[in-house]
Amino acid sequence: MIKKLIFLALIAGVGYMFWTGLAEYKAAESLNRISSYYAQDGLKEVGAANLVTAVVVTYRGLDTLGEVSILFLTASILGFFLVSGKEPKIPLQDSSEILKTASKLLEPIILLFGIYVFINGHLTPGGGFQGGAILASALILAYLANPNEGINKSIFRITESISGVVFVIIGILGIVLAGGFLDNRLIPVGSIGDLISAGIIPIIYIFVGMKVGAELSSIVTNLKHSPKNNVE
Amino acid sequence: METNLNIFLAIVIGVLALVFAIIAIYHKKLSIAIIASGAVSLMASILFLLLAAPDVAMTEAAIGSGLSVIIFFYALSKIRKQHD
Repeated sequence: MIKKLIFLALIAGVGYMFWTGLAEYKAAESLNRISSYYAQDGLKEVGAANLVTAVVVTYRGLDTLGEVSILFLTASILGFFLVSGKEPKIPLQDSSEILKTASKLLEPIILLFGIYVFINGHLTPGGGFQGGAILASALILAYLANPNEGINKSIFRITESISGVVFVIIGILGIVLAGGFLDNRLIPVGSIGDLISAGIIPIIYIFVGMKVGAELSSIVTNLKHSPKNNVE
Repeated sequence: METNLNIFLAIVIGVLALVFAIIAIYHKKLSIAIIASGAVSLMASILFLLLAAPDVAMTEAAIGSGLSVIIFFYALSKIRKQHD
């Protein structure tokens, strides 16, 4: 009984904290200094038609590198704990013919759409993370359709490492040749709206997309291949 | 008129998300709870789209309601096989 009362008091306290925050909240009438700078000068400076991408990759590129590193850490911890042992001796039940045929038809389209999303990240909504997740979902469809087949995990490891290294090298080249880490004026900005424009944003997003896709795929592959009695 | 419709849609989707969240917490079958948690993410991604944030909506739809559901199902199948 006392326990319940304490819990209720805790919930009421947290609720009061949120309520005071909410009661004083007023929507900002105008953009603050930094966001108005992004809105006015971002398009000219970065040359990306999708301003979100300009902020994510150029102005806040270091944060993106941190996010990708966190994802890498998660994937490696999962790979560490889910040690892939022997292949299961009893083959899993085959999936239905409908799923197999549909997956053969859909996989190339999903892969192509994922690549489209991260190559066009500087023009349309989307980017490396979204495209990488779509690539990984194509792999999941392949696993669902063919439960007894697997992909060699080293391909994900190699893709992931190469993309990460290239991402950092491009960032360091920005220090040497342009204004700072991950500066996108490394190569000419080009005209706004073209596929090859916005400096190095498309290049970075291609590598981020491959890195995220490889990381998420390796997580799923590790989960699929780990022996059944290995999760404690 | 259009803003009124958007607000109405947002309220409907928010209520639906709450219902799915309650199902995800209280349903006895774990598989249904996982699907409900994916549906919460789907509702959230529609809300992001209504709030003019398509980039966030894409991430939420792909990772929140796609990949994480699959990963939960993998984990669930491992736990079940261990129990048998």
